[in-house]
Amino acid sequence: MAAHGAHEHPPGFAHQFEDMAQQKEAGTLGMWAFLVTEILFFGGMFTAYTIYRELHFESFVTGSHLLEVKFGATNTYVLICSSLTMALAIRSAQTGKRKGQIIFWLILTMILGALFLGLKLRFEWYRDYVDGIVPGINWAYHGPHAPGVQMFMCFYFFMTGVHALHMVVGLGILTVLVIMTARNKFSPEYYTPLEISGLYWHFVDIVWIFLFALLYLIGGRY
Amino acid sequence: MSEHSGHTGHVVPVSTYVLVFFALMAGTALTTGVAYIDLGRWNTVVALAIAVTKMMLVVLFFMHVKYATGLTRIIIICGFFWLGIMITLSCADELTRVWEINPAGWGGIVPLLFHLF
Repeated sequence: MAAHGAHEHPPGFAHQFEDMAQQKEAGTLGMWAFLVTEILFFGGMFTAYTIYRELHFESFVTGSHLLEVKFGATNTYVLICSSLTMALAIRSAQTGKRKGQIIFWLILTMILGALFLGLKLRFEWYRDYVDGIVPGINWAYHGPHAPGVQMFMCFYFFMTGVHALHMVVGLGILTVLVIMTARNKFSPEYYTPLEISGLYWHFVDIVWIFLFALLYLIGGRY
Repeated sequence: MSEHSGHTGHVVPVSTYVLVFFALMAGTALTTGVAYIDLGRWNTVVALAIAVTKMMLVVLFFMHVKYATGLTRIIIICGFFWLGIMITLSCADELTRVWEINPAGWGGIVPLLFHLF
């Protein structure tokens, strides 16, 4: 809170804004505008999925049964935990807690994010490869509805792949946040990078909530 | 808590976050469990309804939209509105097409073409 010149600014305050509240509002609004483009980006895939599911219904149910619910559900739990820890990281900054506490929640979020990716790679994609249900790379499925099942698996790998890419980007963002926190960039007056990165992280969580329902569950498991 | 006393933004109590967290965990358990019960076409409806409910919890509390300004909310509503347009119009086109099979078979067309030229 070093005074410079005639008036005092909170750290992180950019001069084009009236006050900190307006600055935070602008940041949040901009992030949401970006997330809207992300909604439509993933929305395009969800739309294509809906139509192909309708056209090849039996194949998509068969394909869905090739995925294991227990891994999908576990990863959903992991991501929900990571959303909670992210929210608590932001809250720690809001309430002016020690930077060690903010970093603790951020690192915990990163560990959970990495756990998600690890489980996805080891117990899903790797096993899919071994089982021969990866279109174009190792395809050994010759059961009923084989062409349609291949289409389903294309959707599965494309959608979960793009989602995992978002997770990797999220881990990069979290790394930057940890460094910024360690350098005392945040205070209860200014924590916008934490806030809007949190929006991104929660958004990626929401995408997974829908992927879990659409890819693993709606075919029914009875 | 107020904008003018230094803090910017609403501080959500930890109890609210924890409550939302447990609701999300319960929602995941519920949607997983329901998938093993035969509800016919209602399986899809229930799975999507639970997913939308979970999304609303995340958006309102974790993403602080419950405490956001009208301007931010409008942007978000616009996003979902356009998503609705994309899904609705794409489905309205694709799912109402009826591919009629030519009763005579396409082979019947060929002699007709020869006759014409």
